[in-house]
Amino acid sequence: MIANGLYDFIYGIALWILQVVAWFFNNILAWFSVGAWFVSPGVVEFLTTLLVALVVFIVGFLVSITFIWEERKILGRLMDRRGTQVGFLGLFQNFADGLKTFIKEHIIPDEVDKQLFNLAPVLLIAMSCFMICLIPIGPDFFMANLNSGLLLVFAVFSLAPFAILMAGWASNNKYTVMGGMRAAAQLIAYEVPILLSVAAVVVLVGSFNFMEIVSFQQDNTWLIVPLFIGALVFFISAIAEVERIPFDLPEAEAELVEGWMTEYGGFRWGLIMLSEYVRGFAACGVLVLLFLGGWAGPDFIWPEVWFLIKMFMVFALFIWVRGALMRVTTKQILGLGWTKLMPLALINLGIAIALKMGGWL
Amino acid sequence: MAEMWLNMGPQHPMTHGLWNLRVKVDGETMTEAEPVIGYLHRGWEKITENRKYPQIIPMADRLCYGASMSWSHLYCLTIEDLMEIEVPERAKWIRTIVLEAQRIGSHLMWLAALGTDLGSYTVFLYPVRERELFLDLMQNLCGARMTYNYPRIGGVRNDVPANFERDFTRVLNHFEKRLSDYEALCDQSTVFRMRMEDVGYLSPEKAKNLGVTGPNLRGSGVDYDVRRDDPYEMYDQVDWKVCVEKSCDAYARYRVKMDEMRESCNIIRQCIKKMKPGAIRVKPPRTAPKGKTGWAHVEDPRGEGFMYVIGNGDERPYRLKVRSPIFVTVSAAPEMLVGYKIADVPAIMGSVDMCLGETDR
Repeated sequence: MIANGLYDFIYGIALWILQVVAWFFNNILAWFSVGAWFVSPGVVEFLTTLLVALVVFIVGFLVSITFIWEERKILGRLMDRRGTQVGFLGLFQNFADGLKTFIKEHIIPDEVDKQLFNLAPVLLIAMSCFMICLIPIGPDFFMANLNSGLLLVFAVFSLAPFAILMAGWASNNKYTVMGGMRAAAQLIAYEVPILLSVAAVVVLVGSFNFMEIVSFQQDNTWLIVPLFIGALVFFISAIAEVERIPFDLPEAEAELVEGWMTEYGGFRWGLIMLSEYVRGFAACGVLVLLFLGGWAGPDFIWPEVWFLIKMFMVFALFIWVRGALMRVTTKQILGLGWTKLMPLALINLGIAIALKMGGWL
Repeated sequence: MAEMWLNMGPQHPMTHGLWNLRVKVDGETMTEAEPVIGYLHRGWEKITENRKYPQIIPMADRLCYGASMSWSHLYCLTIEDLMEIEVPERAKWIRTIVLEAQRIGSHLMWLAALGTDLGSYTVFLYPVRERELFLDLMQNLCGARMTYNYPRIGGVRNDVPANFERDFTRVLNHFEKRLSDYEALCDQSTVFRMRMEDVGYLSPEKAKNLGVTGPNLRGSGVDYDVRRDDPYEMYDQVDWKVCVEKSCDAYARYRVKMDEMRESCNIIRQCIKKMKPGAIRVKPPRTAPKGKTGWAHVEDPRGEGFMYVIGNGDERPYRLKVRSPIFVTVSAAPEMLVGYKIADVPAIMGSVDMCLGETDR
């Protein structure tokens, strides 16, 4: 863990809490004589890490929930209606929905493989939440600053279809199996173009570290300018990655009822839906970090706010695409991925290599 | 994956209504298809044998909740043929207008359903918004919004309300602009074309042999329209064309229905111009002779509707037989479906415009 603003701030809070605890043990329960252990650096750092994780997790979840709100409102406007009206500007709708799903009965059908059926949503939600930790929101606001952060994000991203396949298989239902298979087929379509478009960024920057990618863009230019094709490929593939219309084949509700999550209900279903928006958060975050300069922006507001503004704008594009397009079929997404996106991503990679070799960037 | 039977229905998002499409799938490819209907059977034809002739009009409304005007009108035509009644000219003009307005409303509902089938809620909400205008016109005319109970044996129930012509002209002017919007949203969308083109091929010979009628037959390139080939009401007095498409796929059926909406606007405009004041209704006899038969067929929004009635010498029919266009068209479903993917089912069956109320009766 590299020290940063958030970490230092929470380190102070953790130290203060632990000093209170230590004082308690030193003066009132003195015969335990563990006061010194509580203020030892290891314990303080452990508590700090936990608290930082909690804060980053809550922020990520709140942003994801706000994504749902943004989707409801913008999609509503695109469809010539108002969207949700619960609470101030409809902001309370998601909390009402969460409460509703929370109090619903959790039904496990008789025929399912119970262990896998219960494990799959846990895995899916855990992987989605894991990605929150990997996305830095600002120069001083992040959970982990890893040298291979970009690789890890995509490794975690591509794990989700396996959880979906598992859920589809475990549900013991024809629709869910087909949904799971489609998730696997879709993975083949979008994973290669998205990694190729990311490779172009890595070639230019020479690092997998999000911090360095952003500081490179602050020093030079936002990478969407030289790598516009790559940003486009990344955008389209990211929609497929987070399974939104037009690429929501695994849960195509017209033909597969609700796809792989047909058998899930209640709060699990709610969390699965939320995890999709968490994945949307991750996809928008990576797009902003790689191509739109991350938190780079004029100084009059905090960099974290710039990052969030850019993220909401990218997600607005996701919503626009959803409002305008229909669902494609498996064959068509494979055709799109391999015959259109892949050559484009390769051209983009060529541009990046040319820029790097020529020394222009 | 081995071959398996998949029940799409009776409770399934693809089925507009209550029917069961059993398909045998090999992976995602359909090798067999078998429509199962009858879930909505109400014994309609039997019930009519215990009702007096005027009492059957509101029942005929319930045959199809999407196009109730055309069914109660068809019933009145049949009884007029049985009782040999000549309908006043103004009533014929009014009937032609409301039938075409009903056709637009029904096609809009179909377009909306097609939108949800293909996964675009924008295409669902836009046509529903415009359908509201036509429902309002109908409400002005006869007070009801879905089941109108408006045609009468020997005319129509009431004359047109004040400002009828002005309202219709305004709505049509507005609607024709909106129709271009839908075409921009659907026809110019590559994704929509990819989903609709080259699926659900139904050759002209097969279509004729299977008894498919209406827009679905004209989508297969057969130039047949009851309104022109056996004119009823005032269709021979107005200048209009039959919309035919040659490509025989789901997209052709879509195009035919879209063109028909424009053509309906054209017919309504001409009717409003040519309509003259006069009587709207003649008094029909209460009874029909025993053993005498009457029949009529009309161009329902979904195909050729046909009714055959036998008088019983008293106020009730001896037998009333309904030929529903969708009852026949759904038997062509295997022909259209086999060989295509599961993902094409919503596009193909959505283009057919299912209505189970008339199918199961």
